[in-house]
Amino acid sequence: MGSKINELRGQKVSAALKQGQITPTELCRKCLSLIQKTKFLNAYITVSEEVALKQAEESEKRYKKGQSLGDLDGIPIAVKDNFSTSGIETTCASNMLKGYVPPYNATVVQKLLDQGALLMGKTNLDEFAMGSGSTDGVFGPVKNPWSYSKQYREKKQQNPHGESEDSNWLITGGSSGGSAAAVSTFTCFAALGSDTGGSTRNPAAHCGLVGFKPSYGLVSRHGLIPLVNSMDVPGILTRYVDDTAIVLDILAGHDPRDSTTVQEPVKSFILPTLTDVSKLCIGIPKEYLVPELSSEVRSLWSKAADLFESEGAKVIEVSLPHTCYSIICYHVLCTSEVASNMARFDGLEYGHRCDINVSTEAMYAATRREGFNDVVRGRILSGNFFLLKENYENYFIKAQKVRRLIANDFVNVFNSGVDVLLTPTTLREAVPYLEFIKEDNRTRSAQDDIFTQAVNMAGLPAVSIPVSLSSEGLPIGLQFIGRAFCDQQLLTVAKWFEKQVQFPVIQLPQLLDDCSLSLENEKLASTSLKQ
Amino acid sequence: MAAPVLRLGCPGTRWALAWVGSGFHHRRGASIGSTSNPTREQSAVTQKPLHTAQKPRKGEHKWEAVVGLEIHAQISSNSKLFSGSQVCFSAPPNSLVSFFDASLPGTLPVLNRRCVEAAVMTGLALNCHINKKSLFDRKHYFYADLPAGYQITQQRLPIAVNGSLVYSVWGGKKRSQMVSRTVRIKQIQLEQDSGKSLHDDLRAQTLIDLNRAGVGLLEVVLEPDLSCGEEAATVVRELQLILQALGTSQANMSEGQLRVDANVSVHHPGEPLGIRTEVKNLNSIRFLAKAIDFEIQRQINELETGGEILNETRSFDCQLGCTVPMRDKEGKQDYRFMPEPNLPPLVLYDTTSLPAGADSQQVINIDQIRDTLPELPSVTRERLVQLYGLLPEHSFTLLNEVGLLEFFQNVIKETRAEPKKVANWVLNTFLGYLKQQNLAVSESPVSPSALAELLNLLDSKAISSSAAKQVFQELWSAEGKTAAQVVSEQKLELMQDLEALDRLCLSTMEGHPQVVMDVKKGNSRAINKLIGLVRKATLSRADPALIKDILEKRLRS
Repeated sequence: MGSKINELRGQKVSAALKQGQITPTELCRKCLSLIQKTKFLNAYITVSEEVALKQAEESEKRYKKGQSLGDLDGIPIAVKDNFSTSGIETTCASNMLKGYVPPYNATVVQKLLDQGALLMGKTNLDEFAMGSGSTDGVFGPVKNPWSYSKQYREKKQQNPHGESEDSNWLITGGSSGGSAAAVSTFTCFAALGSDTGGSTRNPAAHCGLVGFKPSYGLVSRHGLIPLVNSMDVPGILTRYVDDTAIVLDILAGHDPRDSTTVQEPVKSFILPTLTDVSKLCIGIPKEYLVPELSSEVRSLWSKAADLFESEGAKVIEVSLPHTCYSIICYHVLCTSEVASNMARFDGLEYGHRCDINVSTEAMYAATRREGFNDVVRGRILSGNFFLLKENYENYFIKAQKVRRLIANDFVNVFNSGVDVLLTPTTLREAVPYLEFIKEDNRTRSAQDDIFTQAVNMAGLPAVSIPVSLSSEGLPIGLQFIGRAFCDQQLLTVAKWFEKQVQFPVIQLPQLLDDCSLSLENEKLASTSLKQ
Repeated sequence: MAAPVLRLGCPGTRWALAWVGSGFHHRRGASIGSTSNPTREQSAVTQKPLHTAQKPRKGEHKWEAVVGLEIHAQISSNSKLFSGSQVCFSAPPNSLVSFFDASLPGTLPVLNRRCVEAAVMTGLALNCHINKKSLFDRKHYFYADLPAGYQITQQRLPIAVNGSLVYSVWGGKKRSQMVSRTVRIKQIQLEQDSGKSLHDDLRAQTLIDLNRAGVGLLEVVLEPDLSCGEEAATVVRELQLILQALGTSQANMSEGQLRVDANVSVHHPGEPLGIRTEVKNLNSIRFLAKAIDFEIQRQINELETGGEILNETRSFDCQLGCTVPMRDKEGKQDYRFMPEPNLPPLVLYDTTSLPAGADSQQVINIDQIRDTLPELPSVTRERLVQLYGLLPEHSFTLLNEVGLLEFFQNVIKETRAEPKKVANWVLNTFLGYLKQQNLAVSESPVSPSALAELLNLLDSKAISSSAAKQVFQELWSAEGKTAAQVVSEQKLELMQDLEALDRLCLSTMEGHPQVVMDVKKGNSRAINKLIGLVRKATLSRADPALIKDILEKRLRS
């Protein structure tokens, strides 16, 4: 009996590769074919087919010699298009970087390639990762694969609203929506996102995936084209927590090219299986219970807390009193750093350059006007306003002080004995695109980041875990937040929770019918545990 | 990055005319076309008496000038401040550019340890307080040779603060004494250099060379304690010597390794400070002094004729010898400073705060650097005065001329002559020849050994001092000959044959009976005439003292 690719964990695939049940090239071709079939989702900006096949060939040689590089050898991955990839166009979904081919790999990309991973392509995003819908990139919006799932379609038929099917697709969330869609449709087993205010966790929640934001400083940012340097982290999107841990294990650690990474050596991130949660203390931050929270998410959150309690964990209400200032504070800090980071895009060294050459200043102005969308330009404008000499004290300095207060809230809670915080990831499930674009990018980002954003202020690790489907048949995720650099503990708890909730696999019958792999269930079962 | 020359704009368009002004070419002193000999730039400024530019004429209301300096010294290091690219002057354009230097998106700064050590070393040498924690900031402005759109600098909390620099000027009633003065140092900060813009007017384009982009700079900010151009020049020269002694910067102004901006204002004593202007493009010490003095006088003239001083940036036009407003500095600049988020605070340690078991490659120990500081110029001068009994001003000249001290010390090593005598020869004769021909010490045709040999001949009285001068001239023009060769070829050795000399004395006396009579009559000066006559007869090869002895003996008998 055949096993479908969509039922495979990265781990199991890895075992299958080791046992020769499938070759890296076969796997690569399956994924490439899925990428073709799901093209309409707009998940990928660039598909690096040739590179991936070449890597697969190399990987195959290694497997044949019994010299596999490890769990990721031959495993297809995708990378958000704001990570620098040597020889592969890196656009940030912006006119400014269309056609820009970096001469170097981001450290995280290099680490994955060094492990033999196959780079399938570069995924779509909001321009320069500024957004929460993956709708504001120059290559168009990303469509949520769940829009086409059996689960969603069936519910939809029960409650017809009369909209035409094609125009009523859902957003993926963002800004790493391309990566989420890519993993969700099985075109790869893991994808890199970036997370500055929730950009990995938000689309993970909307696409039924595990979305992990590591502690700031645990994973190198070298080669990640920055949004907010002091908050950016590379994020990991996978279908299972264990797969996230495998990837994190490769990515974590000091990078001499990123001075903000940890100096101390890091331990392995491979997760133990937690059987007893009775020693855990789970904190429920009361400020996260906001009126805008949908009743479904709210009830799911409450059920999750009950689950922990029923298994013996201590569940307590905690307070993060400054969380409510997080979004406004983020707005000042984010736009200020954006204004600064975007200054390099002047059309001189790389990227777009306009045809105007009346003067250098006119050239800069036209290049930047043509190169950036309204969202980016708006943030640059506000950021420069906040950084003006006469405004600096009133905005930037104050925002920094508030940031410290927000971070201290978390420190206080964790010092009181809480191990992990449990919160919603998003207010509700994914909304239709037409609904989403009724509000502008700024309003949307402010709404959508409220549960995820404070974590970036504090540099903490956090993970969104898919919990169940809403009444509409769409995924809902919950977020766990851990102590700084206790990423392994966080993921261990998340893994336990994942096992309890048994989130259903997305059903995309039309897409995946012919994608079965001739693997035997029995064999998979016997190899599913890591050696 | 194997980047070709980066081009800005297209040939054949007229836009260059719209923005390339004369002041524009030399922004931040990045002069390209300087043809002056680098070694000659560093002339002995302390030799000149101190003129006060605004010295009041009789009956005039007194003005006082206030001058502050900001000095950028390129750190002498193998690689740049935040990247691994090599640092090298006059390498092919854009051949020393890393991804970071070209501001490729996603690249991050990594602080160069050597640059930090150089900053600490310089701070210690300038009596600064070294901040154990300092921070980096971004300073934003758009310019073609600033690829990131911002410069990483240390605005809020620099690495060193509150120092001082002692310098000497001619002072006293007759301006004949060396007087020590002190200028306070506000701070020293680490920052990135920019690239260079080369404006090609002919083709109406600007070319960008990023070789210099990201090279480490020490910005030394002085308090406005100075009052004229010469004083500023002296301070800069002293700083230059200190940096060179430390090896923290080559501090060569003509190669742009040392760049000076001057803040100048004038006011009446006892009244608040006047509005200041900033003078840029000062690429030699001489121009620095000239520009400041011009600017002081310009401001005084302006104010005395009812004008006002604008807070503006001016450039020194070295051809016209005046300062002119810089066009690209018009309008209000807001640098929108912001903390550099990619660099954690720079933490330094001393022996007491050093964490146990710290990896010495990972931490910087201020005390350890203090222990390795080389001798500073002021100490060297004192040592010269003590050791050789030189005049203080001589010690200044020896240090101020590049290579002169080494030359002097090499001569000393090989000669028995008295150090004071050696100093006189080196500072008067040798330096005089160099100046006359506009040569650097390293270009001298006379080696230290050759001069030592000459001085030995003089010391052993083998030649007279006037013959020695003649030999020196010969050595200067006929390279390769030794002093002894010249002496024997030209028969310049002193007559050692006493009998022959005696005969010459006798014949001279016989030839000039009138003079002999004068002597005998008691005209003591007449004997000098006889000595001169005898010397002439010996072709100046006899020791005048010896001639005098013989003559006196003969005259008595």
